[in-house]
Amino acid sequence: MKMPDRRGYFGAFGGRFVPETLIPALQALEREFAEARRNRRFQAELRDYLHNYAGRPTALTFASELTRFLGGAMVYLKREDLAFTGAHKINNCLGQVLLARKMGKRRVIAETGAGQHGVATATVAAKFGLECVIYMGEEDMNRQALNVFRMELLGATVIPVRSGSRTLKDAIDEAMRDWVTHVGDTHYVLGTVTGPHPYPLMVREFQRVIGKEAKRQILRAAGRLPDCLIACVGGGSNAIGLFYDFLPHRAVRMVGVEAGGLGVKSGKHAARFDGGRPGIFHGSLSYVIQDAAGQVRTTHSVSAGLDYAGVGPEHSYLQQSGRVKYASVTDREAVEGFRLLSETEGIIPALETAHAVAYARKAIPRMRKNQLVIINISGRGDKDVETVKGIIKART
Amino acid sequence: MKNRIDALFRTLARERRKGFVAYITAGDPDPSLTAPIVIGLERNGADIVELGVPFSDPLADGVVNQRAAERALQRGVDMGMVLEIVARVRKKSEIPLVLFTYLNPIFSYGFEKFASDAACAGVDGVLALDLPPEESARYERILAARGLHCIFIIAPTTPPARAKLIARHAHGFIYYVSRTGVTGERRALESDIARRVRMIKRVTALPVAVGFGISTPAQVEAVAKVADAVVVGSALVREIEQHGADRRLVERICRKARRLSAPLRRERR
Repeated sequence: MKMPDRRGYFGAFGGRFVPETLIPALQALEREFAEARRNRRFQAELRDYLHNYAGRPTALTFASELTRFLGGAMVYLKREDLAFTGAHKINNCLGQVLLARKMGKRRVIAETGAGQHGVATATVAAKFGLECVIYMGEEDMNRQALNVFRMELLGATVIPVRSGSRTLKDAIDEAMRDWVTHVGDTHYVLGTVTGPHPYPLMVREFQRVIGKEAKRQILRAAGRLPDCLIACVGGGSNAIGLFYDFLPHRAVRMVGVEAGGLGVKSGKHAARFDGGRPGIFHGSLSYVIQDAAGQVRTTHSVSAGLDYAGVGPEHSYLQQSGRVKYASVTDREAVEGFRLLSETEGIIPALETAHAVAYARKAIPRMRKNQLVIINISGRGDKDVETVKGIIKART
Repeated sequence: MKNRIDALFRTLARERRKGFVAYITAGDPDPSLTAPIVIGLERNGADIVELGVPFSDPLADGVVNQRAAERALQRGVDMGMVLEIVARVRKKSEIPLVLFTYLNPIFSYGFEKFASDAACAGVDGVLALDLPPEESARYERILAARGLHCIFIIAPTTPPARAKLIARHAHGFIYYVSRTGVTGERRALESDIARRVRMIKRVTALPVAVGFGISTPAQVEAVAKVADAVVVGSALVREIEQHGADRRLVERICRKARRLSAPLRRERR
């Protein structure tokens, strides 16, 4: 069956739950996107920018030293950290900004947690001469000061969000409020596969390039499909991007790694499939970390990009159907993953990505040596060096 | 099934006057004060009271209502408590009550149980801000079975064909959002309210209430010329924010409501 259906549902999850003011804009976006998807000129233009501006295809690197260290399956790394601006976020931003331009919008807004999506949006907005406003939780601005400065250098206005928990969730609230107010001339470049229909579909389609390339590359490198894919899941765009084109291949297992924070039992985490339940939040029905009364709870993660109470509806569907397994690793394990990849492969991953590495560290030694694993290296870790330095210093 | 909202709009039509809809956040500044405030509002010109159900992520609300929700949440206000407040109002008053909410607190409470408990408590209508008609069919049936009206919003961005679709789902009245944006006071009103209300009137026989950004008696008077009812929210909520600790808070709100609804009473004569 085709997912999502016409109303934006992935099985029981998804939909479009937003104030009326935004519905006509979402309908227009749905139409434009459907048209662009079929439009060869649009697709060629996007491909050209992905290639010549964003540097795609990104490499698939055989992680010889990590493989040796773990002593299990052979590990390949899908190098989204090598994409322009340092993460997979650029794939979606290019797609959406080209679409916004086609729709005649002169202003783009975005939310950002770790700052990667904000930087990618600001970058593409600069390239296309669009006004750009980025909403970022004040708490996240402190955690990611370098990325704030990058966005400002790129000509974007970064607005600190001081409501609620002052993190990604509140930045999305504020971006939605901006969009409700300026919907006529503004496009909201939502950074992940959450939100109202058509965002989960559209962002997935723009991120699918990761999995398409990886499939081609692994077939060329190893002559067969991988046994397992591993990716971190905040909203879930890098994971769905890698997973999607492998979904029909039932033998390929997939694991989405959520942020376990200080441990799911502590209550300070962002593991939606462990500590959450279905709810309606930020425009769609999906797993949400919430209290007994349906109030969305504050989450915790060492990584700003995974520190979010909701998750893309397609992930809820894939979890429920059992097609993808979801696990979580703690902050501490993620920091170990961060160091492990740096030390073995010379690749400093984003703290978000480090969650996938940390899971791999636990799972791969139990696998057979002739098995193949692809880890999605969703972003580079320069932005997190300061944070990790603080953590390591505090421990010693 | 009889509904207090329908009865009210019939009365308004008969008396040739316009309705005054007062919005406050339930449980702000304290759950014990909401029922007295509602009763006070009724005595001072309110024809309908909208009770905001506090939510952690009120993305259609401006800062004044956001802070009110935060204050109520700090007092531990949840859906059960809101319905208790409604039941308390019902002991003394038959004023139509509408819950103004986001969907998740209802979803979490359970739709069937919510409809049953809300009807028992004495709620007349439910306006879920993030529930468009495309998603509402199932919920409307559950609410209607308990005699509750599902109230919908039409926005400045809603094209006429879509207004028609919304009107087909709507019960009680249409809530026309008078501007593209979030709730909150504004110095000037949008200029095309009259034209938009006329458009809505062409697609539905339901009464039209206009809200979002109306905060002065002059604005109330201007909007009442074209709408069946005028909604004032943030102006009252701000009064609560500024004087929450004042012993005479209820009195202050009453005075504010009386002043805001005065143009409608004049019209009554």
